[in-house]
Amino acid sequence: MLEYASAALLVLGGFFYFAGTLGLLRFPDVYTRLHALAKADNLGLGCVLAGLALQAESPAVALKLLLIWPLALAASAAVSYAIARRAEALGIRPWRKEEK
Amino acid sequence: MTGVELPLALFLLANLAAALVRAARGPTAADRMLAALLFGTTGVGILVLLAFAGGGTPLIDAALTLALLAAIAGIAFVRRAWTQESEESGDA
Repeated sequence: MLEYASAALLVLGGFFYFAGTLGLLRFPDVYTRLHALAKADNLGLGCVLAGLALQAESPAVALKLLLIWPLALAASAAVSYAIARRAEALGIRPWRKEEK
Repeated sequence: MTGVELPLALFLLANLAAALVRAARGPTAADRMLAALLFGTTGVGILVLLAFAGGGTPLIDAALTLALLAAIAGIAFVRRAWTQESEESGDA
């Protein structure tokens, strides 16, 4: 039972990773790409970590796995904010549908 | 070990290869940096998957370090490296 739940979470995580990569390739400008990367990818990472924590042999290993996630979340939030702010300061305009 | 780990790690590796296209195309320096950030999160995923596919727990420590390094690289890029937009984005 635990194995199936773990496998399901892993596959779900793979799907979110795929969505993040697709967004990075297909979205039109740096702000929308940040949006794809910062959310979809970290959700994928969370699903993978949760799936693996289910099959960890000791609570310490599971806890360490689950500790990676808040670290990645905080890091990606900070870096995304910094990149978006600097992009705006450098005059990169957000993508608009009406332009061309 | 459910048997999903190794195929999933391979799939994530394919994702990284696809992200290289974005790093090559740009057009701004930030777009290339985004590919590097993707390498951070996806690399952590690959490392923990490999740890459970037979690599052992040291790989989890490596994953933690990689997550930290990706954060530091991103902040260093914004604060130090990306001070002017040399190649203006033409496809805005």
